[in-house]
Amino acid sequence: MSELIKKAAALLESKSVQVVIGYGKGTGNRTRTIFATQVTECENLIFDSRCVQNLAVYLTKLEIKKLGKPAIVAPVPVLRSILQLAVENQITESDLVILGITSESELIDFESFAAIETFLTTHKIEIEEKYTKTIDAIKAMPVAERFAYWVKELESCFKCYACRGACPLCYCTRCTVDDNQPQWISVASHPLGNLEWHIMRAMHLAGRCTDCEACYNACPMGIPIHLLTKSMLQDVADNFGSYGPSLDKQNTLSSFKPDDKESFIR
Amino acid sequence: MTEFEPKIIAFVCNWCTYAGADLTGTSRIKYAQNVKIIRFPCTGRIDFMLLLKSFGEGADGIIVSGCHPNDCHYTSGNFHARRRWIMFRGLLDMLGIDVRRIQYSWVSAAEGFKWADIVNSTVNTIRELGPYTEYEKVAGYLEKEANQ
Amino acid sequence: MQTENYLIRKPSLEKLFNDLIGGGKTIYAPKAKGDLALFSDVKTYSDITEDYIVTANSAKLVVFPRTEKLFSYHKSKEKTEITDAAGSTFPDVVLWGTRPCDAAAFIPLTDTFNGDYKDIIFNNRRERVFLISFSCSRSDEYCFCTSVNSGPGNTSGSDILFTKLSGGDYLAEVITPKGQLLVSENSDLFETKSEEDKEQQLAVVATRFNQVEIQAKLQNLFENPVWDDKSRACLGCGSCAYVCPVCSCFDIQDEAHGNKGTRLRCWDSCGFGLFTLHTSGHNPRETQGARWRQRILHKFLYVPNKSKIAGCVGCGRCSRSCPADINILDTLTSL
Repeated sequence: MSELIKKAAALLESKSVQVVIGYGKGTGNRTRTIFATQVTECENLIFDSRCVQNLAVYLTKLEIKKLGKPAIVAPVPVLRSILQLAVENQITESDLVILGITSESELIDFESFAAIETFLTTHKIEIEEKYTKTIDAIKAMPVAERFAYWVKELESCFKCYACRGACPLCYCTRCTVDDNQPQWISVASHPLGNLEWHIMRAMHLAGRCTDCEACYNACPMGIPIHLLTKSMLQDVADNFGSYGPSLDKQNTLSSFKPDDKESFIR
Repeated sequence: MTEFEPKIIAFVCNWCTYAGADLTGTSRIKYAQNVKIIRFPCTGRIDFMLLLKSFGEGADGIIVSGCHPNDCHYTSGNFHARRRWIMFRGLLDMLGIDVRRIQYSWVSAAEGFKWADIVNSTVNTIRELGPYTEYEKVAGYLEKEANQ
Repeated sequence: MQTENYLIRKPSLEKLFNDLIGGGKTIYAPKAKGDLALFSDVKTYSDITEDYIVTANSAKLVVFPRTEKLFSYHKSKEKTEITDAAGSTFPDVVLWGTRPCDAAAFIPLTDTFNGDYKDIIFNNRRERVFLISFSCSRSDEYCFCTSVNSGPGNTSGSDILFTKLSGGDYLAEVITPKGQLLVSENSDLFETKSEEDKEQQLAVVATRFNQVEIQAKLQNLFENPVWDDKSRACLGCGSCAYVCPVCSCFDIQDEAHGNKGTRLRCWDSCGFGLFTLHTSGHNPRETQGARWRQRILHKFLYVPNKSKIAGCVGCGRCSRSCPADINILDTLTSL
């Protein structure tokens, strides 16, 4: 830990960056994001298994951009999001300093986005078995039962949009759900509005989601919305090969192959 | 009780399927009258949210149709559309929205017979499936319940 | 009226629940969902959980639902028919298992809907709500009810307050005439006056700040770095406002389908950038810092200036649910 603090302090000291985005102590046993702008504040940086919030979400936020160039503490899920943001031209290498960190708290330097991609080839996104089992179980339900399952799950959604706020890839300044002229989908929170919102959210993340589970962790009602994006990751793999961001590949839905296979178009 | 007549919305591209449907008409081929056609510049322009809106407004089935691969007026619109439908179909299936209610097809400007066949077979499928009551229940929530 | 004390045996609680259900009441009670407890429409007594400090969602949903129909219309060639939702029949709801903070929240919430305009729909719903609260025997680091004129055994807002006694039975404090009526209708379940000491059974919730001092301080804190500092991690979602039992901001949405449609009142949150965005593109609350300031000032300065009580009951839901762990106590104690 002292190494992370030392490094962060040195970056601020040398004025290479103006802010260090990292994890600090939160309420009770929780951790929270800290934005260290002074060398002395770096003392508060911590890193352990409780640090699960995806900090990449702050790279595109107006309020944080105003602070100046950031260094960001980046465990694997954050690295994936950074790479995806790079693929989507939302950040450039000179915009930030990446303080890569392994689950064993070892620091890794990344000189370029390409270096992140190389590193991630040994840290591929893997959908845990407990999730594949749940997804399989849901898909095995008769169609009407499956629909009823989701309507019930989404019933407690009140559209606070914490899922959207916590997602590093939901960086649009104006979300489609907030448009009401025309109203694309129901803005109100009722069964139809909730269903449409979660379909829209998942579709807009299709082939982009890096499976960090920030949406699920943020949901105050504990709705398993990450199952939708996980199921779509499987679909990406089944239909278009591998998933996960790559600098020399465009997003799944921004690209195509003339010989893409399907079995349902007549 | 009158027999159930499926309400079907067809989203078609201007260059191939719309012209194909025109040919069906000029060739005097009879086909089911349950379809309301909405013309788009390209299948690449057909947003998935329009399909959701159709179900939300009471459609029992949907047809999405455009140019065959390699025939797109804009070169690649249908290729993009194809990827989108693959992902969208998977998501709907996960959510339990009946994917049998959406028929995707490639119908060229020369395929008047094929268009009639697509419409007829879709109408038959939806007739067998019956009205989409599960979705209607969700969509008509505000009207049926006094209030939440 | 003066509070009257009774004793109710543990098995009688279930009987009371079943009697209420049998009498056609809709009961909202805490139901477990994963690690959370959520106020849900409950039909079976065994579905109720007792393992919660407070529920994740707030009880306001029974008087101020997330989406409320205000009216519907139907146009035909001859005329336009409008059905005002104020004329609908609203359900008789029993809120079972509210905490004293939840019950206390109904006071500022009712105030808000009874300012210059008396909200008919809200008041219709409120009149039909019966609150059966349960005192808190546990609290956590997020609770601060005692700092905002409430407490783990506070009776305000409730019709009946149950406090679990060491033997497993419950002390029943009957607070309102409505509560008294329920007791007389179920007199076989309530035993006469208990002499039990309630205080021993209650959780200890330390006083974290003085509300009057906070209110005085806030008068001069409009321009202050604390707002940006404490809200830096804010993700701009509405979870704090949506779980808050007092927050009452709403947005009006029209949903039109051909020749018919409905006008809806939907929850809104000052945490959203769109909340104050003008048509011109100008936004008077440009940053999350300005939005966080609004939230604090509204609850601890504007509301108390107007109606003497705070717009906060210290339940701590906002801090618990915040995905970025922004803690309202942190801000209040650092002023």
